[in-house]
Amino acid sequence: MSSITTRDAPRGFSAGEYMTCLTGIVWREGLRFLHQRERFVSALVRPLVWLLIFAAGFRQVLGISIIPPYETYILYEVFIAPGLMAMIQLFNGMQSSLSMVYDREMGNMRTLLVSPLPRGFLLFCKLLAGTAVSLLQVYAFLIIAWFWDITPPPIGYLTVLPALILSGLMLGSLGMLISSGIKQLENFAGVMNFVIFPMFFASSALYPLWRVQEGSPYLYYVCEANPFTHAVELIRFALYGQVNWISLAVVGACTIVFMIGAIFAYDPSRGLARRGPAGGEG
Amino acid sequence: MTSPAPITEPRETPKPDPAAVPALSIDGVSHSYGPRRALIDVSFNVKPASFTALLGLNGAGKSTLFSLITRLFGIQTGRVGIFGHDVSRTPGEALRLLGVVFQPRTLDLDLSLTQNLLYHAALHGISRREAAARSAELLARIGLADRAGSKVRDLSGGQMRRLEIARALLHRPRLLLLDEPTVGLDVKARADIISHVRQLVTEQGIGVLWATHLFDEIMAGDDLVVLHQGKVLAQGPMSRVITEAGAQDVNTAFMRLTGAQIMPGGGA
Repeated sequence: MSSITTRDAPRGFSAGEYMTCLTGIVWREGLRFLHQRERFVSALVRPLVWLLIFAAGFRQVLGISIIPPYETYILYEVFIAPGLMAMIQLFNGMQSSLSMVYDREMGNMRTLLVSPLPRGFLLFCKLLAGTAVSLLQVYAFLIIAWFWDITPPPIGYLTVLPALILSGLMLGSLGMLISSGIKQLENFAGVMNFVIFPMFFASSALYPLWRVQEGSPYLYYVCEANPFTHAVELIRFALYGQVNWISLAVVGACTIVFMIGAIFAYDPSRGLARRGPAGGEG
Repeated sequence: MTSPAPITEPRETPKPDPAAVPALSIDGVSHSYGPRRALIDVSFNVKPASFTALLGLNGAGKSTLFSLITRLFGIQTGRVGIFGHDVSRTPGEALRLLGVVFQPRTLDLDLSLTQNLLYHAALHGISRREAAARSAELLARIGLADRAGSKVRDLSGGQMRRLEIARALLHRPRLLLLDEPTVGLDVKARADIISHVRQLVTEQGIGVLWATHLFDEIMAGDDLVVLHQGKVLAQGPMSRVITEAGAQDVNTAFMRLTGAQIMPGGGA
């Protein structure tokens, strides 16, 4: 070692250090999740209310014809299950964004951002951690849904995993992008009204799009352009061991765009810098 | 382990003077929030193994300066270096040598002391085993070894601060920034924190930048930087700053420099 006061040559970071950082961030997110049991329960209750109450009441109103990937007539419950899985991820993605605002207020975001590892990588780890939490919630939902006759082929439980990871990353990075623009915790109500509800209802989560088209062609185009629709369809097909290539392309492209946007927004020389000091100036 | 001198490097390369590479160098830094100028051409250095007090009232620009050094905001004008590493150009190398204690609490209240430390170590890429060993050692040093498994929520304010300092030291930084670390602490906790940090300077050679508005935290022999309304009004060893201001003590010197009214009780 050289004398402690000389300037060391930049040594960069090893793959091991990156890995340690990634597992550390995921581990902390998991611990925090375990400590917020209400969050887990509400993440499960929300889709179950839709499945057990809304779908039961609605199944007589809405007939579902045979559309891919389904090969037979299906119950309405079966139809909305993928939409509810995506909804879990949508809420989780936005809630992670809430936690980033909370983190920023509490200063935890500062702890993350003074890590010497590249900031883009740190935010990516944060996204992966949020996605991992959403996977736990979705699989817990699938287990309960199985008792409600939502029984996709066994292989579907495996093939849906990559789809869930991708859609989780997309919705998480969207949330992160939004969080960079939120200054206050209270604004989450605005996120609910202006992001979560429109995205969820203007999608193929609750009704097949051909039904929407019959009602309103314009709404149909909105639904088609909604990335959430494609997250739903990606999950729907993957749950039956199939790939919806268009949805895969849309979700993949949106993930990249949202993620770059989020990393850009958290770049010190751009996003956060313009908004002035976080917390008290002293 | 001693390594042989590299053959390619001529032996007569002059050894850098220890004081030549400052722990922290702030060079012509200005910062504005829209039309409001928070920092105006700020320049000063923190030497390794020294205690530098950044003295300023609330709103002087101390927190902005900290946000720039820690790369929370981008640097608009000027340059910030940590042991010669430019914070903007080689942030990884710079931040690696930096430990920070922010003014607001930044601990996970629901996690245990050890979990908080392990998380921070992971952010610096320190392996789990090494991190566990360092955490145990640091917790013992701050007298909280027996609380390792309790939730941070159950700690007192002073204990939390000590934990935050321990956390800032986990990756063995050579520069430590503390932003008004004693705010809200009782007299005893304040004294503990101050003596702990001063020990780090003398025993481990860490350069410390201590932002404060409490004059009684400064001692003879400290370096002083007086920041007021975004400008550095005076800097240098405490005795020199006092003499140059034509004053007898820090309070009066600060008052003369800034024209501020000093509240009774040593604070500003």
